[in-house]
Amino acid sequence: MSTRLTRTGDPNLQDPNSKDPNLEDPNVTDPNLTEPVVTGARVVGSWRAALLVVENHWTWYRRNWRATVISSFLQPVLFLLAMGVGFGSQVQVGEATDGYRYVVFLAPALLVITAVQNSMFESTWSVFAAFKWQRTYFAMVSSPLTSTQVLYGQLLWNAVRLAAGAIVFLGIAVALGAITSPSALLAVPFAVLAGMAFSAPAVAYTATREKPDSFNAIFRFLVMPMTLFTGGFYPMSQLPDWIHPLAWVTPVWHGIELARGVTFGTLRLLPALGHVAYLCALIALGVVLGRRYFHRRLAV
Amino acid sequence: MTRVTSTLVHAKGLTKHFGSFEAVRGIDVEVSKGEAFGFLGPNGAGKSSTMRMVSCVSPRTGGELSVLGMDPDVDGPKIRARIGVVPQQDNLDTELTIRQNLQVYGRYFGLSRAAVRERAVELMEFAQLSDRADAEVEPLSGGMKRRLTIARSLVNDPDLLLLDEPTTGLDPQARHLLWDRLFRLKQSGVTLIITTHYMDEAEQLCDRLVVMDGGRIAAEGSPSELIRQYSTKEVLELRFPPGEQSADEVRDLAERVEILPDRVLLYTADGEAALSAAHARGVRPVSSLVRRSTLEDVFLRLTGRTLVD
Repeated sequence: MSTRLTRTGDPNLQDPNSKDPNLEDPNVTDPNLTEPVVTGARVVGSWRAALLVVENHWTWYRRNWRATVISSFLQPVLFLLAMGVGFGSQVQVGEATDGYRYVVFLAPALLVITAVQNSMFESTWSVFAAFKWQRTYFAMVSSPLTSTQVLYGQLLWNAVRLAAGAIVFLGIAVALGAITSPSALLAVPFAVLAGMAFSAPAVAYTATREKPDSFNAIFRFLVMPMTLFTGGFYPMSQLPDWIHPLAWVTPVWHGIELARGVTFGTLRLLPALGHVAYLCALIALGVVLGRRYFHRRLAV
Repeated sequence: MTRVTSTLVHAKGLTKHFGSFEAVRGIDVEVSKGEAFGFLGPNGAGKSSTMRMVSCVSPRTGGELSVLGMDPDVDGPKIRARIGVVPQQDNLDTELTIRQNLQVYGRYFGLSRAAVRERAVELMEFAQLSDRADAEVEPLSGGMKRRLTIARSLVNDPDLLLLDEPTTGLDPQARHLLWDRLFRLKQSGVTLIITTHYMDEAEQLCDRLVVMDGGRIAAEGSPSELIRQYSTKEVLELRFPPGEQSADEVRDLAERVEILPDRVLLYTADGEAALSAAHARGVRPVSSLVRRSTLEDVFLRLTGRTLVD
């Protein structure tokens, strides 16, 4: 480790600790102070770089996780209690609930809905703040990191957050008796996939915004309908036919089909591949646009 | 170990366009190792655009540019690994502590966790932030944030430090502390490139500077060279009640005369002599002042007194 700040002729700058061998770079054997000092600074590999961005978010999260608990965990749990346990007690077990108690029918869908709702906040407000309010993305690209690595790091972090949220939610659902089959664990990756299928395009969109005006509207008029009219709370067959194609383009519908199917053991291979392919396509679209918009915003 | 060549920044005919707006219109710049080099200019002169190109975050539109002997278009990340950047607007992680800001940023340069821990302690010492090490950044004063930004830019022990208006908006105490820290860096051999519109800052810190105006370089030299070339040794200021000033009686007493709403400025080698001569001719100003020419006189002569927004 270099200590050039302390290696000058100015006695005021002489740090008494600089003689500590631990501070010295092991590669520097000659303590000749006038030589340029080897620093450890270098360009890290692409994946490593994205992980370092994740590490930054993790540092933030360790300090601030309490503030996120309410929106990420408490809200879905309240939903599960109100809709599943409370309202669900009035719902007859039957064809509409795939033959399960309502809360059991609802839980895998709520897992997906929670992931998409959580991804909404991570992908809009947090990303916007990093561009506009704190400008931390600009600090990152002043280091060896590139705009693409910053994007990948953000998306990776979003995925980690969604996975953690889904696992905690699953644990609480088990405690409430809403999950009865261990196969529900397999629904977690599908929930994350659906969340990321919303997150990646949303992050790209946010990178084009100069003002945060549209985010509340997106939540009210895009995310809320996506969660209400895609078969999560009741079967799609209850809705008029013209709504069905609208539901099919949302990541939520595909995610619910996958999560419910794998939880109840009714998932068949071909439809599953179709759903996964569609969600992956949305992620790919988001990544391609995101790379372009991040570059445009950060490297001008 | 890479030996640094003596020219750290070389630009020739460097341009930057944003759409149809030409922010930088062909500038030639050479910065050598160990130098403190300044870009002076009014707002919109193209200083920040130039800095962003040199710091390899903004691609150039045209011309030649090499930084640390490499082309930013090809080796941007490699160059950025060896430079430090202090942007005009702080971009600290305000929800992290001072220490965490330094550690997290150091990691981007591939430094190990142990290395960034050590480095953060050194840098906080250097920036006089040690006693607030574990305080969150958000509520800190502007001066402390600025010092942290400068400390952060040093985390990779850069060969070249780029500071874009480092002291704008700070109170005099904070400015002097920052100047002191920058001066120490300069003494320890760090090459500095500074943009500023404070003349005292440029005179304090810069060995050599260019005055930019409208995307072009208007003048280049050391502060004293520029004063010699573009101004006179002294300036006599004669203050009159507004509207009563006139240059007619004194015009031949100076090399150059400038009439302002409340003052007449006489640029001359000997201010006292000019003042006695003016008195002898019966000129009776409300007050008078003889002072040395400063970089500010040069600046205003080169870039005009019109307000730039």
